Amino acid sequence: MSDPEHDRSLSRRSLLGLAGAGAAGLALGGGAGVAATTAALAGSTPDPGTRYAFYGAHQAGIVTPAQDRLHFAAFDMSVAATRTELISLLADWTAAAARMTQGLEVGDGSVDGDLLAPPDDTGEARGLPPSGLTITFGFGPTLFTDASGADRFGLASRTPPLLAPLPRFAGDALVPASSGGDLCIQACSDDPQVAVHAIRNLSRIAFGRAALRWSQLGFGRTSSTSTSQATARNLFGFKDGTANIKVEQGSAVDADVWVPASDGPAWLAGGSYLVARKIRMVIENWDRTRLGEQQRVIGRDKGEGAPLSGGTEFTEPDFQAKAADGTAKIDEAAHVRLAHPDFNKGVRLLRRGYNFADGNDQLGRLDAGLFFISFQRSPEQFIAIQRSLARDAMNEYISHVGSAIFAVPPGARAGQTIGESLFA
Amino acid sequence: MPIRSLPIAGIAILTAIALAGCVPNRVAATSQLTVTMTDDGCAVSGSTAPSGNVAFTLTNTGTDVNEFEILADDKLRIVGEKENVTPGQTVSLVARLQPGTYYTGCRFQQVGATIGQAEFTVTGTTIALDQSTEQLARTAVTDYVSYLRSQVQQLIPAVAGLTTAYEAGDDQAARSLFAGARVFYERIEPTAEQFGDLDPKIDYREVDAVAEDLGWTGFHRIEKDLWPPAAGALNSDGTSATLNWAPSTPAERKTLGDGLVADVQQLSDLVDKKDFTVTLADISNGAIGLLDEVAKSKITGEEDWWSHTDLSDFQANAQGAEVAFGDVMPIAASQGAAGTKLVASIQKEFAALNALLMKYGSIQAGFAPYDQVTDAQRRDLSNQVNALAEPLSQLTHAVLGVPAS
Repeated sequence: MSDPEHDRSLSRRSLLGLAGAGAAGLALGGGAGVAATTAALAGSTPDPGTRYAFYGAHQAGIVTPAQDRLHFAAFDMSVAATRTELISLLADWTAAAARMTQGLEVGDGSVDGDLLAPPDDTGEARGLPPSGLTITFGFGPTLFTDASGADRFGLASRTPPLLAPLPRFAGDALVPASSGGDLCIQACSDDPQVAVHAIRNLSRIAFGRAALRWSQLGFGRTSSTSTSQATARNLFGFKDGTANIKVEQGSAVDADVWVPASDGPAWLAGGSYLVARKIRMVIENWDRTRLGEQQRVIGRDKGEGAPLSGGTEFTEPDFQAKAADGTAKIDEAAHVRLAHPDFNKGVRLLRRGYNFADGNDQLGRLDAGLFFISFQRSPEQFIAIQRSLARDAMNEYISHVGSAIFAVPPGARAGQTIGESLFA
Repeated sequence: MPIRSLPIAGIAILTAIALAGCVPNRVAATSQLTVTMTDDGCAVSGSTAPSGNVAFTLTNTGTDVNEFEILADDKLRIVGEKENVTPGQTVSLVARLQPGTYYTGCRFQQVGATIGQAEFTVTGTTIALDQSTEQLARTAVTDYVSYLRSQVQQLIPAVAGLTTAYEAGDDQAARSLFAGARVFYERIEPTAEQFGDLDPKIDYREVDAVAEDLGWTGFHRIEKDLWPPAAGALNSDGTSATLNWAPSTPAERKTLGDGLVADVQQLSDLVDKKDFTVTLADISNGAIGLLDEVAKSKITGEEDWWSHTDLSDFQANAQGAEVAFGDVMPIAASQGAAGTKLVASIQKEFAALNALLMKYGSIQAGFAPYDQVTDAQRRDLSNQVNALAEPLSQLTHAVLGVPAS
């Protein structure tokens, strides 16, 4: 799937994806907006036969139109693992990912092997189409220097200067067990079984070299048959990622998502930084909040998604607009205001988050919210916006329970290994 | 296993291969040693020999039947054995030994621990394996059956000691003997499981016995008497610990204790039968099965719910798996580069698992109670079990998935 026509169409969509991501609601549901934009463009439900090239200048799964489903996994390297084993793991992961993204099974497959040996592939994706699967790999700060300061893999000198654990933010309630990680894999697909199959098989391949630290399932659109024009809603019930369609220049992706060679380190050129935040929503409180208050918190109307300053869903918010009583139509603490590029020195992120619902907690409350993912040229972009959100009215209804940052290496050419430049 | 490519750095594959039993007559013994078997000793005329065929001439000068064993450096895997040596009898045993450390010993009356265990060093260079796959297979089966019998021989007195204290109400003594008695069983559990209802009678946990509507007997029933639940305690399935349960009366203790003694005696009778044997698949699948036991119930702490001696069972399962692997390893190692690579990978992960377990104690000195092992530590153990189980799951294919030579 390396035909240039296809690549062009991808990059065209990716621009719109970025545009959607630049919309209101930083913390809530950029990915949904991207997906909806894509659906509007395509005018139909996702084609299960969609197959994205694994190899390329950049890793797939970043500017790729957001798929419906996510399985995200963070791994820690084994205590005794060596640099050689890390390299071999990335090679084995690359080979398996290259097959799975093309709709093929791992190794010798799930049913054709010797009866005396376990099959190479676990088999649950057998017969399923590629379903738009993308697999994206990243390196956490602890891969370079672990918590005790040890340079386990001889990589400390190659640490990207900007790759550091995120600072503490107001409202953080982080759970260490669902934060951090030496490595990450983002598997996105329009079929949840295809995404889970990918993480499961990659975890198995890692046994002895790396082990799962935490993982997260996500779903995006409420239905894969949603109508083409509908913008997806997050679990607050609001349209999220509504178009901020000022960003239509191809240069936007280069400017805000990819790490240019001039930024360094050289091995990361063409890569990006991935920030993941697990944001728990206090659903029950939100649901008994009066509609007017809900709209004040978001800064948009719940039905149409139009900014409270007026117009329709796609009308640009007017943050200066005043109500008759002299107060701002879009509240000073509204999420749409504080997350908007206008209030963040024009900073943008490419967001690719998903909704999650992990059963319930001990108190009988839904354990649900948004699994936020953003890609950016520099972690400073995320940090700036997240700091701006310190006085977000939405904070009363959310808490950040998981956090991780990864450097995403550039893509690989066929025959290369993901992350090869790091070890060169 | 095409998707794995673990590096192998200078691991000698054949260091511990020892062959005994079906040694071709055409190969002359290179060393001659004598063994004097007594009721309380086992004197070997030398403690070293060059690699190759080593001939032992055994004489039983004691008062009852005896047996002689050559153990690998783990003191578990048997690489040469002569059973049923009667008083006054002189017999010979030829073992084909690679360089390494071994242990010799006698088992008086063919029960209990070995007596007069002594280190025996084989020097020189690795000798070539000129045996066919069939011969290697026969040796593996012979050695593994010998090992199974040796464990059952030690299980019987260990269970007798435990149940004697238990029936006498000496709970302190019984608690100190509980984990140690289970070790001999846990090392060979997949074999016991072949014998129908024997394993349920010996080793069922309460929740399983209740679910299958079996009368609950065996180790774990005794365990709950010895570590009685505190008020409000729960079984591993969340039910009340006192649901249909009360401490056993002295009469019930006698029934339960004697029952366990009878059940392990029955196990002994079954494996001692002349026609008892195992297949290569039994051995290699048994190794995998023992690791699965660890991953399923030991790692969660559900096995020894009241005594928290799970790590002792864990180590015993792992030892049993390592012995089974060791017995079929020469076959896997003879299957070209893929075989040697797999063997090296399994050996590396066994070493890592043993090193990890050593942090928590040993079978001899006792292990940390499992309720004091943190979730993070349990995760480390689980990860290492997975690291080992993944290459080990390829062992049966490596042993049997090749045409016999």
